[in-house]
Parts: sequence; C-alpha cells; structure tokens
Amino acid sequence: MENTSIIQTKELVKKFPIGKSFFTALNGINLSFDKGEFAGLIGPSGSGKTTLLNIIGSLDTPTSGDVTVLGHSVGKLSAKQAARLRKEQFGFIFQSYNLLAVHNVYENVEFPLLLLKYNANERKKMIMDALSWVGLTDKIKSKPPQLSGGECQRVAIARAMVKRPSLVLADEPTANLDAVNSHNILQTMLKLNEELKTTFLFATHDEKVINYLKRKIYLLDGKVDKDVIK
Amino acid sequence: MKIALKLAYRNLLGAGLRTWLNVIVLSFSFVIIIWMKGIIIGWDYQAKTDMTNWEIGGGQYWHENYDPFDPFTFAESHGTIPEPLKKEIALGETEPTLIVSGHIYPQGRMIPITLVGINPEQKILKLPTHMLDTQITTIPAIIGLSSSRNFKLGKGDNVSIRWRDVNGMFDATEILITDVFNCNVPSVENGKIFMPLKKLQEMVVMENEATIFTFKNEKTEREAIEGWTLKTKEDLTKSVDDLIKTKNAGQSVLYAVLLFLAMLAIFDTQVLSIFRRQKEIGTYVALGYTRREVVVLFTVEGAMYSILAAITSAIYGIPFLIWQANVGWTMPIDSSEFGMAIAQTLYPVYSAGLIITTVVIIVIVTTVVSYWPAKKIAKMNPTEALRGKIQ
Ligand SMILES: Nc1ncnc2c1ncn2[C@@H]1O[C@H](COP(=O)(O)OP(=O)(O)OP(=O)(O)O)[C@@H](O)[C@H]1O
Ligand SMILES: [Mg+2]
Repeated sequence: MENTSIIQTKELVKKFPIGKSFFTALNGINLSFDKGEFAGLIGPSGSGKTTLLNIIGSLDTPTSGDVTVLGHSVGKLSAKQAARLRKEQFGFIFQSYNLLAVHNVYENVEFPLLLLKYNANERKKMIMDALSWVGLTDKIKSKPPQLSGGECQRVAIARAMVKRPSLVLADEPTANLDAVNSHNILQTMLKLNEELKTTFLFATHDEKVINYLKRKIYLLDGKVDKDVIK
Repeated sequence: MKIALKLAYRNLLGAGLRTWLNVIVLSFSFVIIIWMKGIIIGWDYQAKTDMTNWEIGGGQYWHENYDPFDPFTFAESHGTIPEPLKKEIALGETEPTLIVSGHIYPQGRMIPITLVGINPEQKILKLPTHMLDTQITTIPAIIGLSSSRNFKLGKGDNVSIRWRDVNGMFDATEILITDVFNCNVPSVENGKIFMPLKKLQEMVVMENEATIFTFKNEKTEREAIEGWTLKTKEDLTKSVDDLIKTKNAGQSVLYAVLLFLAMLAIFDTQVLSIFRRQKEIGTYVALGYTRREVVVLFTVEGAMYSILAAITSAIYGIPFLIWQANVGWTMPIDSSEFGMAIAQTLYPVYSAGLIITTVVIIVIVTTVVSYWPAKKIAKMNPTEALRGKIQ
C-alpha cells in the first residue's frame, strides 16, 4: 500500500506566533491518505482543520515534522515547485469561496485551465462539463456579486474540479448549500472519485457531508482524536 | 504573458469606474503633452518660415565686417557688388541690400535706427517693397508695425532722418512712410527703415555697394567670395533653434508635473490593491500562480492603463489635435510683447516621432510605477492573503 499513499504527515506541528508566545494549532499529526480516498477532517471550530488543509495544499509550511504530498516534502519545496504542484495537482475549495469578483462564472472556472494552457476549445468543453456537475450552466455570464452564497459555492467547486486534479482540498464546501444541492454535488464528487480516482479531503462539520465520507478523522485541539474508516 | 494580458484586461474592465478614472487622467496627459509639444514644433516651424520669408530667403552673403548686433560695424561693412553675383542679381535671384546706421527724429526725439536699402522690385522677401516704388519728392520708406508704434509714425507721416555718408559727413532729409507692415520677425520689425536701394546708395555715396546679398533659392553649393561670408539658411536659423530649445526645457517641467499626476493615480490604485485585493492575490497563489506571475499580472495591469489611455486619447484626442492644427492656438497675451519671433496664433505640428515617443515614455513610466507596489503585493503570505486579514 505504501506506493499508493499520496499524503503522509509525520509528527506535524504548526504554531502561530501570538504576541510573544505561540499558539499551537496542530500538535503532532500523523496521518496517511491513499490515492482515491474520500476522507474528511471533522472537528469543532478552531480545531485546526483549515490549517492542516493549507499545509497539505503547500500554501503553508509546518513548524516541525514532515508532510509529504505526491512524493514532495512540503517543507522543502521551493515557492515555484509548490506553485506548480498546486497548479497541476490540487483543486482548492475555500470556506469563503474566494472567487474573482470582476470575472464572470465562466471566467472564474476558466482560470485554472488558462494556467494549464489548454486551448480555447478544450477549455470550453471542460468548463461546461464542470458547470453542469454543479448545475450552473444557465449562469455563465453572471458575476459573483450577483450570485447567492450557494451559487458562489458551486462556482468554487466547479473551479476546483474543472481540471480534474488528483487531489481536491475542500474546506466546508457545502456550508451554504441546501440539502438538494449538497446531495448533487457530493454525488458528482463521488463519481469523480470513483471514475478518476481523485482523492478528496474535506474539512467539515456538516452532517450531510459526513454521511458521504468513507473515512472520518476527528480533530480536537490540533490532535487526531479518532480516525474512523467505513 | 498572454494569460497575464488576458487576466489584466478582464480585471481592468471588470473594475469599471476606477479603471476609467485612471485612464482618463492618463489620457489627458497624452493629449496635452502631444499638443504642447506640437505647439513648440509649430512655433519653430512658423518662426523659421517667417524668417525665410521676411529676412533671410534661401541664405545670404554677408560683408565680412557686418555684425547685426553691433551697429558700429555698419560703417565698415559695405563693398562693391562682386562680379560673380551680378548675373543672379540681374535675374532677380539674388537681392543686394545696403545697411547703414542713422537716426530718426520722431516728435523731436532722436532715436538711433538702421537704414536698409532694398530694391523696390525684389520678389524674394515678403516685405511690401512695391510701396517704395513711387515717384515723389520725399524719399518713400516702409517700417514694421512695432517701429510704427514706438515712433508713433503711421502711413502718410513725414519724418526726418540723419546719417553719415561714406566720408563721415552728416546729412539729413525727410522721408515719407508709405506703408506699415506686420511680420513676426522682430529683427525686421524693430528699429529698421526700409527705403529704395538706389536712393540710399546715393545718400551715403556708396554707388553699387551692398552689405548683404539674399538668395532666392537654397542652393547647396555656393562659391566662396573674397571679402564676403556665406551664411546658409541653417546658420541663420540657428538662433531660432536655440530659443526653441530653451522653451522646450521650460515646458519639460510642465510635462513632468502632468506625468507625475497621472502616475500618482496609477500608483495609488496599485498601492490600494495591496489591501483591497489580497484575497484575490491569495486565490491566484492557491490556484498555482507564482509570486513572479502575480507581479507580472499587476504590472501588466498598470501598464494596460496607459494602453487603454492611448486608445481613449486617440478617440477624442485625434479630432482635437487635428482641429487645433487647423484653427491654431491664439495666445491670450499680445505676442509682440515677447520680443521674439512668435506669431499671435500658433499652429501645432505633430510628427509620428513625437506621438510615438510620448506614448512609449508614458507606457514605460506607468509600468515602472506599477511594478513597485506589485512587488510588495507578491511578498504576502498566501494563507494570510487568503484570509484577507492583512491591514
Ligand atoms: N495565521 C494565524 N495566526 C494565528 N492564529 C491562527 C492563524 N491561523 C489559524 N490560527 C488559529 O489556529 C486555530 C485553528 O485554526 P483553523 O482555521 O485551522 O480552524 P478550523 O478548524 O478551520 O476552524 P473553523 O471550523 O472555524 O474553520 C484557531 O484557533 C485559529 O485562531
Ligand atoms: Mg476552517
């Protein structure tokens, strides 16, 4: 199984400076994820879910310990290598959407494809596919300020999945979605997970998501409390 | 780079009003700088044309002792018309003029003046010398508008003049002002009285002598003539060039101020971006942008303001500049008070070089001004930027 493991954390510690002292957000995390997992970090607010996702996503570096993602040690990557990893392999879904406000829905979803230099025809097809997964093909010309919270969330999901990354890091992806939409999107994610072996790692406390997870990792105060595999 | 251009374009158009404010400020700089430069070039062109038409023709021979700035040389600066020029003079292709210093007595005052003898039939200079071609008992003379004002002399007035002849003997007579002309060349308008060449030669007893020969055409090759100095058109208009150069330097301050204001607008926008757009920057980084690419994007955005401004300027600026070139710009103050070659109405002249340099300079300066804040932007920690918490 060693060769299919795509994420490994060893004694991962993350401390944030608070004035003169430190706040320990992650305190010795040892986790391993295999390719094709559909897993979630579950825990109360402030338990370190977002922090862990950021480090795995190479947006942040560990204070100590080691994180290996797709064979790269996150702490040792150069900024350029990290950017390349994010561009080619990761899809991010943020707690607060982080859409480009002046770009319309189509252009927001197009962004990762532009970076990967797909041609216009390929882009169009991939964008329309991604928008149909989230049920937003009728809003391609709208800009984020004109959309509801749930619609923004769906654009963010489409943007993360459009390039079919090997790893999707999703921070509260359903926070603003109703039951029907949550269900649809999770179905789509499961489908991608099964068909393309895309690995999904969620951070959530939403029951609707938790029910879909094949592996539930409970975090508490920066530590793994329970690790439940279905 | 292609992606950066595309994104920058989307970002700018998406930002709407803020973009257009910057673009308009910049485009004013474009149009005003081109217009001002055009006026200067137009002025240079007009001054040279006026000088050619009124004073220097296609170039001149000066008597070797002649110095226009030193009237004491005038007594020594005359010579017999040299043989090689006689044919051209007969054909009207070269005109001799004789320059002598004298005094004029308007309203009993005594004022030094330069007497210029010129052929009434000459066709080389625009001077209305045909007005000297009359049969009257007094000597006909024409003067420029500013002399006419200074001496309070008008058309039809008589006035006494006094001079020394070649032997140093004083003599005096009455002249009749037969015309007052208006030209923009101060050295023609000020302190000169033009009268028939033959008459002046008689008065000073310098039969067949002259001080200056003015050519009709600017010939490249002119032989050297013993005792006479060749002054090409280029030599003679050099003073205009020098004057324009100093004017141009003075105006550069104004360009700098204009550019500075425009740059301030761009700089401000870019610095504000550090705060306003940090979440967006974090997003770019999360989606795989490197710092360098973020810097490129923001710099391109800045530079694009100037490109959009160039396009906007073209839309309203071209009609404006063309209109100005046709109607000219009339100076709000009386141009004769300048004491230099300047017309009341200047017609701007634009060259492709002028427009291209202006655009290139503005684009370069905007790019540089955008680069600095962009570098700061890219220094942000991506997770902090994503949270949008940097103050
Ligand atoms: N840059 C930072 N500086 C200081 N403290 C931080 C920073 N980022 C996170 N923290 C702290 O680390 C802890 C974990 O934060 P994190 O965002 O990972 O929590 P979370 O589990 O995602 O919570 P939520 O469910 O509310 O999103 C919190 O107490 C938070 O205040
Ligand atoms: Mg969180």
